[in-house]
Amino acid sequence: MITFDRFILKNGMPVIVHRDTATALACLNLLVDVGARDEDESRTGFAHLFEHLMFGGSVNIPNYDDVCPRIGGENNAFTSNDITNYYITLPSQNLESAFWLESDRLLSLAFSEKSLEVQRNVVIEEFKQRYLNQPYGDAWLLLRPLAYKVHPYKWATIGKEIRHIEEAVMDDVKAFFKKHYVPNNTILVVSGNVTTENVKALCEKWFETIPAGEKPVRNLPAEPRQDEYRRETVVRDVPSDALYMAFHMCARGEQPYYTLDIVSDMLSRGNSSRLYNRLVKERQLFNEISAFVMGDQDKGLFVVVGKPVHGVSTDEAEEAIFEELERLQNEPVGERELQKVKNKIESSMTFAEMGILDKAMNLAFFELLGDANRINSEVANYLAVTPEMIREQAVDVFRRTNCSALHYHAQTNEVTV
Amino acid sequence: MSIDRTKAPDFTAVDHVEIPQAERHVLANGLPVWTLNAGTQDVVKIEFQFAAGTAVQPQPLVASAVNDMMDEGTATRTANAIAEELDFYGAFIESETNIDQASFTLFSLNKHLERTLGIVQEVLQQPTFPEKEFGIYVANKKQKFLVDSEKVGVLARRAFSALLYGEGHAYGGRAVAEDFDKLHVDLLKEFHAKNYSLANCSVIISGKVNDMHLGLLEKLFSGNAGSSNTVNTIAPPQPNAQREHLLLKKDAIQSAIRMGRPLFAKNHPDWIGMQVLNTVFGGYFASRLNANIREDKGYTYGIGSAMVPLHQHGYFVIATEVGADVCAAALNEIYMEMDRLQQDLIPEEEMSLVRNHLSGSLLRSTDGPFALADRLKGVINYGLGYDYYDRYLQTIKTITPETLRDLARRYLNKSDMIELVAGKK
Repeated sequence: MITFDRFILKNGMPVIVHRDTATALACLNLLVDVGARDEDESRTGFAHLFEHLMFGGSVNIPNYDDVCPRIGGENNAFTSNDITNYYITLPSQNLESAFWLESDRLLSLAFSEKSLEVQRNVVIEEFKQRYLNQPYGDAWLLLRPLAYKVHPYKWATIGKEIRHIEEAVMDDVKAFFKKHYVPNNTILVVSGNVTTENVKALCEKWFETIPAGEKPVRNLPAEPRQDEYRRETVVRDVPSDALYMAFHMCARGEQPYYTLDIVSDMLSRGNSSRLYNRLVKERQLFNEISAFVMGDQDKGLFVVVGKPVHGVSTDEAEEAIFEELERLQNEPVGERELQKVKNKIESSMTFAEMGILDKAMNLAFFELLGDANRINSEVANYLAVTPEMIREQAVDVFRRTNCSALHYHAQTNEVTV
Repeated sequence: MSIDRTKAPDFTAVDHVEIPQAERHVLANGLPVWTLNAGTQDVVKIEFQFAAGTAVQPQPLVASAVNDMMDEGTATRTANAIAEELDFYGAFIESETNIDQASFTLFSLNKHLERTLGIVQEVLQQPTFPEKEFGIYVANKKQKFLVDSEKVGVLARRAFSALLYGEGHAYGGRAVAEDFDKLHVDLLKEFHAKNYSLANCSVIISGKVNDMHLGLLEKLFSGNAGSSNTVNTIAPPQPNAQREHLLLKKDAIQSAIRMGRPLFAKNHPDWIGMQVLNTVFGGYFASRLNANIREDKGYTYGIGSAMVPLHQHGYFVIATEVGADVCAAALNEIYMEMDRLQQDLIPEEEMSLVRNHLSGSLLRSTDGPFALADRLKGVINYGLGYDYYDRYLQTIKTITPETLRDLARRYLNKSDMIELVAGKK
């Protein structure tokens, strides 16, 4: 059970405080409700580039990175298709410094041309390092537009192409900040060795003085139901073939999410899982295989990724995966197997409750889903899953006409005439 | 309320770090067990460390294959039965093999510990390395090895230690794909018999620990401790005579750089000073390398340097991946920053930044039972005691720019640095 206090500042910014006296540290986590899904299709990768710019100086503090180490802190941030999240962990005695730092860059940035130029390059190198200079690195750049035809999840957080990042100009940066970085579009969580009273006072001083803006209205096109099997085949200079299969499923906040998360664990979590035992060990069709849910805020994907062993075609490999998915449609899951997966989930949540940063991020995430207190009903939501719910979801999600398959082939050196 | 946002709030640097110390126990058969009772969740992490790293393996890949495959079958359980039972009780296991040692770790809820630890005892002491499981393991690992061989960062990392320590040196070993074909089950069994006796082991328990834990260990690990494998004194490093090396990968759009030199073990009088100097150079986000090569030039997504401790040695290394077109420029900047540390004194402003960063990091690195276990390992594995951290904090606070410049002049000479580029230059 994670206890917390919650209040809302006059500018509409929600604040959550979780006290943990077992630590000498404090953590401040600021979630901004903007991600790659909020971008213009002709200017993708912008939310993430913007996250980099948030470290390029704010209106009163020229260099964030010169202050954070001085107060004994450690910070970072990440961007996803849904959100941008900033966090700093530091000795609790210096908590006010974190408020000063974080509130100043929410108030306004320095908008330095130099910072924009450098961070464009840094992000382009990140693009190369993660997506272009790695074997299979571009798979997600291909799989997303295969699975999504209208919803902005069709591009990756890093962006569709490097050109979009190269073309970003200062006017875009300013407009993006003005639209999305308003206090009533954020969620603040403070955790660790703190008191609600102190946090409240610091919030009033540093954050409440930032004027509210207009809360951006999100009006994204819903992805229509997929009723056709889709396949794309590419050939690349990689050592072996790979197979990616994506199925549309519900959003993170909906009940079937828990069912499908359990299914993904049943399929591939740990060495006793179904895909590992049947396809890697018994039939020896794959070198490695995994299944997972994306956990997106809007309707998301259930994904199976594997590398067939040499000599097994991606067609055979795909058929073998379908056999396993269709068993879930036809044969009821046994009680012990279901209990095993639930036990593992409960255990990993017990371990996850040990760190103040994890707790802060999760509280912010659930607040965004509508209620921070959902953090305390997660386990119950998983435990409520029944074999019948699994069968229903398997029938609905693992339709062949709901599948987008990427067959990623290794270039062969044989000469074909 | 009007506030002056240009004025930083008052803050205090971390002056003192209280590191709760582990208790040392010895089982009847001589097995040393360290316990760290901390944290609020009713869970525990039990790490078994064996002196069974790559430094003592008869040929490449043996040490990690043994550690990875112990849970693939025991005298009474199949691979699947082991996995099934550990998963059912919500336990996690991790195996990690490095140069000096192999560690096998159990994460378990205390309420199921009797079952989960029982399985781990069997896995550690009675593994059978079945042929069928072995075949699958080798095939899958080899495949992964080949995929990794396409990554410039991995290519550079694999080749680097052989350049630093010399081919054939215990710390310089590296595997090639063909080494997978040379493995066989008997090699694994022999290595296990020789290196996984309890006389070669130490145990660290962290989390919510009570008397039950020692009692369980005493009950499950009561057998004869066997004999110790006595790790030999490691020969002095023999860095490659050639300074610059290129692993050409024609299609690379980024190049990986590894640069460094052998130095000394963690108990050397200059170790802590070099930790501070390394921090200034490339050891944190505001470091000179990152500030210059990422934050000013935009050549890379990230660059860093580190002092890497081994049980009997240690080395200094810089690692980054940069655009292939700016690789030469990045190398120049690295040498320029090295030179600057040798020529100029570090300004007081930067000294205080680094002092505060390091003391803050030390405090953050003691948060929670598992972090405390890491601090314990950070001393006992190197023949040090907890007083190391007192000396560390004292040095951070008092070391002078003059001393750091002397260290740079002694240890950061371009002519001593092995430079390796994987990709294009």
